[in-house]
Amino acid sequence: MKPAAFTYHRARDVEGATRLLAELGDEAKVIAGGQSLVAMMNFRLARPGHLVDIGGLAGLAGLRTDSGGGLHIGALTTHHAVETAPADALGPGFAVLRDAMRWVGHLPIRTRGTVGGSLAHGDATAEWCLLAVLLDAELVAHGPDGERRIAAAEFFHGYYTTALEPDEILVEVVFPRPAPHAALTEFAERQGDFATVSAAVDLEPADGGGHFTAARVALGGVDAMPVRVPEAEDALVSGGAPGPELYARTAAVAAESVDPPSDGNGSAHYRRVLIRTLVARACEEAMAR
Amino acid sequence: MTDNAPEHTAQQRQLLSLDVNGETHELLTEPRRTLVDVLRHDLRLTGTHVGCEHGICGACTVLLDGAPVRACLMFAAQAEGKEIRTVESLADGTRLNDLQQAFSEHHGLQCGFCTPGFLMLAEGFLAERPEASKEEIREVVASNLCRCTGYQTIVEAIDDCAARRRAALRSRLEGTAHHNGDSRDSEDENTSETVPPGAACEEVPCGSTTRSR
Ligand SMILES: Cc1cc2nc3c(=O)[nH]c(=O)nc-3n(C[C@H](O)[C@H](O)[C@H](O)COP(=O)(O)OP(=O)(O)OC[C@H]3O[C@@H](n4cnc5c(N)ncnc54)[C@H](O)[C@@H]3O)c2cc1C
Ligand code: FES
Ligand code: FES
Ligand code: FES
Ligand code: FES
Repeated sequence: MKPAAFTYHRARDVEGATRLLAELGDEAKVIAGGQSLVAMMNFRLARPGHLVDIGGLAGLAGLRTDSGGGLHIGALTTHHAVETAPADALGPGFAVLRDAMRWVGHLPIRTRGTVGGSLAHGDATAEWCLLAVLLDAELVAHGPDGERRIAAAEFFHGYYTTALEPDEILVEVVFPRPAPHAALTEFAERQGDFATVSAAVDLEPADGGGHFTAARVALGGVDAMPVRVPEAEDALVSGGAPGPELYARTAAVAAESVDPPSDGNGSAHYRRVLIRTLVARACEEAMAR
Repeated sequence: MTDNAPEHTAQQRQLLSLDVNGETHELLTEPRRTLVDVLRHDLRLTGTHVGCEHGICGACTVLLDGAPVRACLMFAAQAEGKEIRTVESLADGTRLNDLQQAFSEHHGLQCGFCTPGFLMLAEGFLAERPEASKEEIREVVASNLCRCTGYQTIVEAIDDCAARRRAALRSRLEGTAHHNGDSRDSEDENTSETVPPGAACEEVPCGSTTRSR
């Protein structure tokens, strides 16, 4: 199908774009890479009367680290730019982000699709949404009244629903600290599809490696948004020596702690089976770094 | 264009300037025209195909500033100021480029519907990753759909073309007159030293057959 007619506006700067969004109200939508929005418009699942194209705002693309070791990723940075970022822009502390990109669609999707677009779109199994929740990212939104920072834990409200107001533009996501022992893995029916279940962990082994001092476990595809699994995190921290046995026990705890849906991509039982495999695999991969 | 101000109403058309295969085209279109529709309907460049219109099949893949993209998932207006390359840019008249020849030699196509998309996908990918392993090629080939070939021959065609380009580059760097270690393409032997690096195989096809379709 072909999209419904709309008026096209090319933004020159963030302030102008948010002003215009406020003026146009419900009728307007931001377009970044278009990898989700254009598909929806082609099928007339979305028919905005106005598109505000922020794709030309070069200042919103790129990676930079701050003095506190945090990583700032501009909203317009493409998945492919992260995938191919040089080591000095994305060191071992954030290798998890680079490695996760191979799971996002395919190369020609990743060359256009943006980090900010992914987060704003809020798909329950999107890799960026899972990474943001796992690593306590902060999302920086620009609206008519200026900027505000939203914690990832408060950003995702449900299926394709986020804390962003219609006249706000996501300008940046901040990953506050390095995560050298983190990994994301998933299962999708075909390579490049959205995941049926995705699992990500961020582990902090004690000096000497005898146990974990802290651990974070997050899952995608089990709820309307990515979720942390505190029961599995406790299992890792209180479970003793790192190794396959601990990871398998943790994965079993994770599978029992969530209430995944049954749908066309798989039953709740099938998703639990995937969780048992994927959480253990993510732990192995995180510790192999 | 005034700053962020509405430029036209939905019914109106907008003036666009697109750089396609090295030529600038001025055209008047509705904003809702996707890049693939402008290429096919306005510019009559029907080599780029269109299948699913939601990013799955890859038949519409073109290069945007050198990178493979889905032409069905962007509005033409978003491509202003960028260099667009379509499958029409590959052959020199009736002389296929080396990648096209490799597809032909390896039977990397049957009905041909998917072929323009695979060619542009591979051109973009190999330009960025000339050293790509067969496994990497296999993963990238998974971006697009082909109902006929079973993909194996497409992977082999791209892998073979990449190997020949690497061999040609090596032999040029070594300053020998033979590219590719064989001299089937003898008419080009004398020119290979004058070809600038990176442009090698486009100007000096390594394959033996020159087939026109
Ligand atoms: C075949 C295919 C497979 C895919 N597979 C995956 C996958 O496996 N995993 C995955 O995560 N994604 C996948 N995607 C989606 C892809 O990652 C998109 O890039 C992403 O969802 C949206 O980014 P975008 O820049 O293209 O945003 P757009 O499509 O331009 O916009 C998406 C939405 O976000 C809003 N928006 C965009 N940018 C901003 C901003 N800066 N501020 C406020 N709102 C904004 C838009 O208004 C719109 O509602 C796939 C897409 C396709 C076509
Ligand atoms: S037509 Fe563009 S991906 Fe299928
Ligand atoms: S050759 Fe027929 S679809 Fe690929
Ligand atoms: S010729 Fe392509 S599927 Fe039959
Ligand atoms: S043609 Fe029958 S299974 Fe493929």
